[in-house]
Amino acid sequence: MASSTAMTAARRETGKSSTWQRQRSRTGFLFVLPTVIFVGVFFIIPLLMTAFMSLHDWPLFGAHEFIGLKNYSDLLSDRQFIKSLDFTARYTLIITPPIFIVAFILASLVRRNIRGIGIFRTIFFLPVVIGLGISSLLWVWLLNDQVGIINKILLDLGAITKPQLFLARPDTAMNVIIISVVWKTVGFTMVLLLAGMQAIPNELYESAEVDGAGYFAKLRFITLPLLRRTIALALVLSVIGSILAFDQFYIITGGGPRNSTISVVYWIFNNSFTYFKMGYGSAMSIVLLAILVVLSALQLYLLRDNSDT
Amino acid sequence: MTSDNITYRNQQILKNAAIYAVLIVMAALFLFPLVWSFLNSVKTPPEALAVPPTYLPTKIVFDNYVELTTYGRGGVVRRVANSTLVSAVTVVGTIALSTLGGYGFARFNFKGKTILFVLVLSTLMIPFQSILIPLFVMLTAIDLHNNLFGLALVYITFQLPFGIFLMRNSFLAVPQEIEESALLDGCTSFNVLYKLLLRLVLPGIVTIAIYAFINSWNEFLAALIFMTDQDNFTLPIFLSNVSTGLYGQIDWGALQAGVMVSIIPSVVIFLLLQRYYMNGLMGGAVKS
Repeated sequence: MASSTAMTAARRETGKSSTWQRQRSRTGFLFVLPTVIFVGVFFIIPLLMTAFMSLHDWPLFGAHEFIGLKNYSDLLSDRQFIKSLDFTARYTLIITPPIFIVAFILASLVRRNIRGIGIFRTIFFLPVVIGLGISSLLWVWLLNDQVGIINKILLDLGAITKPQLFLARPDTAMNVIIISVVWKTVGFTMVLLLAGMQAIPNELYESAEVDGAGYFAKLRFITLPLLRRTIALALVLSVIGSILAFDQFYIITGGGPRNSTISVVYWIFNNSFTYFKMGYGSAMSIVLLAILVVLSALQLYLLRDNSDT
Repeated sequence: MTSDNITYRNQQILKNAAIYAVLIVMAALFLFPLVWSFLNSVKTPPEALAVPPTYLPTKIVFDNYVELTTYGRGGVVRRVANSTLVSAVTVVGTIALSTLGGYGFARFNFKGKTILFVLVLSTLMIPFQSILIPLFVMLTAIDLHNNLFGLALVYITFQLPFGIFLMRNSFLAVPQEIEESALLDGCTSFNVLYKLLLRLVLPGIVTIAIYAFINSWNEFLAALIFMTDQDNFTLPIFLSNVSTGLYGQIDWGALQAGVMVSIIPSVVIFLLLQRYYMNGLMGGAVKS
């Protein structure tokens, strides 16, 4: 990049080029150094330490002891860990379609350039900037059997005859989580899809209309194929977010009823910071990391393959 | 011909009316939780606890907000101060490091630049949830656990990959000629950055500042793990303890007052600087 610039030429004329270049490369290195130190100390070293700790019996106090792969073999017989993996997988499968479908419908609605559409975009996106922890506190109250407004509305509408304890049963507890998480996150997916839709040339739709294509024909032959990349991206981000879910279970269900909503991150949290089995928690973190790396690699591969054909 | 046009126009009007109707219903559904949370927060404390609940407050008072200031030592005021401190340090640190680093990666050539850049960005693929255990051990070892600055240091690191990525692109978008003449005039690189370029990359800086604020203001899991002393709780941790009854019987009116206190800063900042927030979202998504 430097060869064509006037500056380099000027420096070369004065014969200071190499000193100047060396100085500049040192300056550049100094500029990025703080970032490299932060990422190194607070990200790379902890990452390596997770692997190291996973091979140890590592209590909060007292000496740690090398135990090889014992933490990993213990995982296989940890019934709650298997249950948490299963629950997290099911949660991800259950929550991804509603988020995507609602986001797609919203994006289809707000992509039109009609008056006041910006206000609607803002309203649908607004919950995204609220923390998941805080939105969970909001929904715990809304759906409470005693003081919750939703039970009151359903009662007044005659939809139910007595207040429902939504959080007492695994299936309704899951519905509570789904509603609150869709509300909180759907705007993000909507904006991704909206950006993808806006990149589709209008002429495509116009010529399809001339050919007599209806809404579903346009959806199937124009929108969905051209949105493939965006859709894959939205799904990857949504799936990764769901696999890492914690706040909503910690706050809304507390892992209950009967430990039925303990996600993987929640079980890691319990082992590491309630029972202080930090080596064991590290081994679980490594498994979680491996699952996520495999998933993103797999999905990115699918994404690439699709766009070539 | 004309009658065809009129039919077509009528159809369009009808279609738009239907779209508006759906949009308004959806918007009402999305706003409903926030509106009712606010309404509950301004009821009198007994009314906020009424079973069954009332739809609208019979009287608008701010007693629930006052109530919230009495929980724990220092109440909600202390936790707002804690969250503000953590967010402020995170925002300032993220801006400083990302601007310097983004400039370095965009405009300078040095050995190992590509490797370092890839290293920084690759941390985007690793969820921070998987490194919290060693971070806890490390922060404890250097006596920075249960410390708001320690928490901010971790938050800054989580923000850096996005910050570096965005600031590098911002600097790359500035024409190189602008700084060349200044450098030829003998300005130092730092002065060029500080006096000349900072204004030109301001939109990028605003974007990373918003993300740093909203993420650190709302973060839950790391704060829950690192802040073991009640005095150092951030607002989300404090409120989750209000909801589990750590400060006595659960007071739903006070809890919704707390939810409002937590939501308002993010929402106001988002509404004021929406354009920058969306630019960041698009910039990150399109490139990744």
